[in-house]
Amino acid sequence: MDDLRQLYQETILDHGRRPRNFGAMDDATHQADGYNPLCGDKVHLYLKVNDGVVEELKFEGQGCAISTSSASLMTEALKGRSVQEARDLFARVHAMLTGKQLDDMAGKLGKLAVFEGVKQYPLRVKCATLAWHTLENALAGGCGVAKTE
Amino acid sequence: MAGQKTEEAEVAVSRLDSQSLADLRADFPVLDQQVNGHPLAYLDNAATTHKPRQVIEAVANYYERDNSNVHRGVHELSQRATVAFEAAREKVRAFINAANKNEIVFTRGTTEAINLVANAWGGANLGEGDEILITELEHHSNIVPWQMLAQRSGAVVKVAPINDAGELELEALADLLSPRTRMVALNYVSNTLGSINPVAEVVRLAHDAGALVLVDAAQATPHLAVDVQELDCDFLAFSGHKVYGPTGIGALFGRAELLEAMPPWQGGGDMIEQVSFSGSTYAHPPARFEAGTPNVAGVVGLGAAIDYLESAGIERVATHEHELLDYAEGRLREIPGLSIVGTAAEKTGAHSFVVEGVHPHDIGTVLDSYGVAIRAGHHCTQPLMERLGLVATARASFALYSNRDDVDRLIDALLKLTELFGDG
Repeated sequence: MDDLRQLYQETILDHGRRPRNFGAMDDATHQADGYNPLCGDKVHLYLKVNDGVVEELKFEGQGCAISTSSASLMTEALKGRSVQEARDLFARVHAMLTGKQLDDMAGKLGKLAVFEGVKQYPLRVKCATLAWHTLENALAGGCGVAKTE
Repeated sequence: MAGQKTEEAEVAVSRLDSQSLADLRADFPVLDQQVNGHPLAYLDNAATTHKPRQVIEAVANYYERDNSNVHRGVHELSQRATVAFEAAREKVRAFINAANKNEIVFTRGTTEAINLVANAWGGANLGEGDEILITELEHHSNIVPWQMLAQRSGAVVKVAPINDAGELELEALADLLSPRTRMVALNYVSNTLGSINPVAEVVRLAHDAGALVLVDAAQATPHLAVDVQELDCDFLAFSGHKVYGPTGIGALFGRAELLEAMPPWQGGGDMIEQVSFSGSTYAHPPARFEAGTPNVAGVVGLGAAIDYLESAGIERVATHEHELLDYAEGRLREIPGLSIVGTAAEKTGAHSFVVEGVHPHDIGTVLDSYGVAIRAGHHCTQPLMERLGLVATARASFALYSNRDDVDRLIDALLKLTELFGDG
């Protein structure tokens, strides 16, 4: 049970059950779909970007506790950040999930550090990165579907 | 299944006592291991079954003693390899009770067998406006080859519905049959729900309408005695790795006159009669459909797997698995918030389920941490998931070596899951 609690931390379970910023956005400036064909997890991400700043984020979709909480915590973490900061944060999250060390990691991840346990479960890393890949697509202005495969 | 036998006689032949079960389990080396600090409880048998020592040794012996190419060399090893290869064809024939061993074509598995029929038979026989009828229960491998064929030929794919229990709606299927229906393709047992389809009845309806029937028996051959003559089907496909044999080998049964009339689908060695630059003539079935050096070791392994299953006794295995399925159903109902998906009156091999508030992938990860292996996802049946209004399910599936301890371990792990996810 201890190993499992490392993966399913209380914050992950909480955001999995009660995702924040969940729902549609009428006046999004950017949006994208994300899809994991292996498990069928889906996310639709809405962004309102103004002057290079991500002012609002919302998402819809269906997925496991890891992918839902990852999307939820991502929307919380990025509100009010610049597009460049958002991309930098993804690089750090990605490094954490794949067990890589970046300079200057500590202190920058905030609540997102709860996903560190996922790196012990290689099959679940894609659950945690789905929302972030979708973010990347939305920011790139693409209307294609971000896929984990 | 019981036929004319009295109930007592049936019980006498069909029990798998605890000692026999323990002996069977001991034949499977892979079961004897720890996973994440727990003894393995393997309940993902619908994905693939494990291999008994007898199969592993048959493959090893083939490579150690007889390895050679088949149907051509004049030397001793080639002779032995050819004899072993053709002896396995006879075993497959007897296993599904085909009338003639030339009606058995070796393929990579069920998927390749269906693609073979869709290409060779479909390409020659289907045109604009012809209809292929499948069901909502199908695996992607019995959907996509027909869609690809429809795209090439202008034929139309129609889909027979199921009810909420996961049972095929026979009347609706009958209504969908038309003079344009050329092929009805359905599974014998649903890989996702375990529902057993009334195949003989479907064959009767289809034949009355002038259509052929292809049966995807991938999930039936491990759990039921399959008899192509009794079913009266036209084609039937199954995979070796789901009946305790190696991966990468399977078989297609096709009625002799249908195979004889079909053009080849892959060209190469072994499938020809005579080749010249001005043209070639083709061998008779089954060679016509077995271009290139075949998976000889796989065929030998499949033969050994059939021997193994037959010596365990398919009726005995079926009864054991049925009892275990009932036991698992009762125990699964003890878990708060759990619903079994697929409650057909006739089921075998598997229970799909969902747990309120927990995604199947999280179920899979939690169970794995207790050494319990199940499958979570759409099970390559996305249209069925859509029909059921689900994204995914968790699925526990059984084999001849599965026992009550495996089920109890599943239940204990599910109780831990509800403890972990339950509050809130």
